Amino acid sequence: MNTRADKSSLGRHYLLDPVQNAGSCLLFLLRMLAGLRPQLSQAQAVLQQTYLIGARSLVIIMICGFFVGMVLSLQAINALEQFGASDQVSLLVGKSLFRELGPVLTALLFAGRAGTSITAEIGLMRATSQIDAMELMAIDPIQRVALPRFLAGLISVPLLTAMFNALAILGSVVFAIGVMGLDAGIFWSKLQTGVLFSKDFLGGVWKSIAFGGIVSLVAVYFGYTAKPTGAGVGTATTNTVVLSSVLVLIFDFILTSFFS
Amino acid sequence: MISEPIIRVRDLVFRRGRKIILDGISLDVRRGDIVAFMGPSGAGKSTLLQLIAGQLRPDEGSIEVNGQDVASMSDRELYRFRRHIGVLLQNGALFTDLTVFENIATPVREHTNLPEALIRRLIMTKLNAVGLGGTEDLMPYELSGGMARRVALARAVVLDPLIMLYDEPMTGLDPIAVSTVRTLMRETNDALGLTSLIVTHNVTQMGKLVDYCYIIASAKIAGAGTPEELSFSDDPGVDQFINGKMDGPIAFHYETPGTPWNLLN
Repeated sequence: MNTRADKSSLGRHYLLDPVQNAGSCLLFLLRMLAGLRPQLSQAQAVLQQTYLIGARSLVIIMICGFFVGMVLSLQAINALEQFGASDQVSLLVGKSLFRELGPVLTALLFAGRAGTSITAEIGLMRATSQIDAMELMAIDPIQRVALPRFLAGLISVPLLTAMFNALAILGSVVFAIGVMGLDAGIFWSKLQTGVLFSKDFLGGVWKSIAFGGIVSLVAVYFGYTAKPTGAGVGTATTNTVVLSSVLVLIFDFILTSFFS
Repeated sequence: MISEPIIRVRDLVFRRGRKIILDGISLDVRRGDIVAFMGPSGAGKSTLLQLIAGQLRPDEGSIEVNGQDVASMSDRELYRFRRHIGVLLQNGALFTDLTVFENIATPVREHTNLPEALIRRLIMTKLNAVGLGGTEDLMPYELSGGMARRVALARAVVLDPLIMLYDEPMTGLDPIAVSTVRTLMRETNDALGLTSLIVTHNVTQMGKLVDYCYIIASAKIAGAGTPEELSFSDDPGVDQFINGKMDGPIAFHYETPGTPWNLLN
């Protein structure tokens, strides 16, 4: 009986709503960027947020990076040993880290550690009428609350990616040289000559900037548009992790195709 | 001498979806008065306050505040207009990541270029005026409900607004805090020459404070007058609200189209 209505609501749910959300998210980004001012107070707010969401994510990023480097080396040595090529381990670890694993894993960890806290914080500000209070005090909440967090994410993710990569290389050194007894000279020379600056290193930097933008935009947008209830903030936080993770992986493929 | 109205609302209609929240509201608020919008929960009182502050746009009618038509303002004009109004929201809405001092300083820093020493003096004056000198370094979670409301009041009046809007300012406060906040509201209004609008559903708390009341029920103005006039009103809607009666013209059920048929189904 209700087939037509069902079809129309399915169409709305799977087609219209995502398109509408993407559109309003883009407009939200433009509103944020329109609020960019060369002001000291704005720079201070960005710096403070960079500390809160970037520097405080450092420990988890460093621990994960170290163990990712160790496990990568373990798997690489196991596979390369069969062909008598275990001295190539640093090349394999370096290329996979700088090109893919570093930017992607850092962005996913950042979404879980900092993205959720950004969404929950802004969502709670809405639920407790702090956003309304700002509007009524003639203070633009997008400029004051959303923009510093977005810019801080954009700055933090590439820096965290660099830290992740450095600790992953250290993990690889500890395992490959310290535990498996590979020659240190061969390890470093293969890494130096095999990992290319423009293709591998810079490719990863561009990716990490893009991922920082994606995760931060999703986090501030979902926080700002969260329903002002406990359940609404919870849903928005979950959506931030899910959507930013999916988008990071989709854009990883798109950017890799582009840079290749 | 009767002063001219600072707020003039004419034939105001506001809908949410198909439901009419406010239907043909017309009212005047005189400069210097403390006026209460009273009525049962969900009657549209807070919505009316949001419309006057320009947070919502009316579907029909006009709202004139200090000679300016709020409904037709652009976003930029609205932000400029809001510098002249102070708002105290239901829970105070203090910024939880800032100290008491920084909460009050936020609108000053945003809208003025005063030197830091002057900002400090201004904020300490306002804090002392609400009886909270010495709390400037506390965080909002270290304040009681009444103290938080007083800090929010200091923040709302820090830029000397023309009009103060209070949304349920006494909700959740103990009797002593209610008396304190009520006295502060009266003193602030008279000392700074403000006009104050208060949204509340509490009849007894407002009797001693306000100059004039509008009772809003079922999307319309059910009655208007001074607290004394309303207490002797023979209007059935006013009588029902003032005396808290179950029976009367103010409906208990949420009105939805087709409700009788829903019951049959």
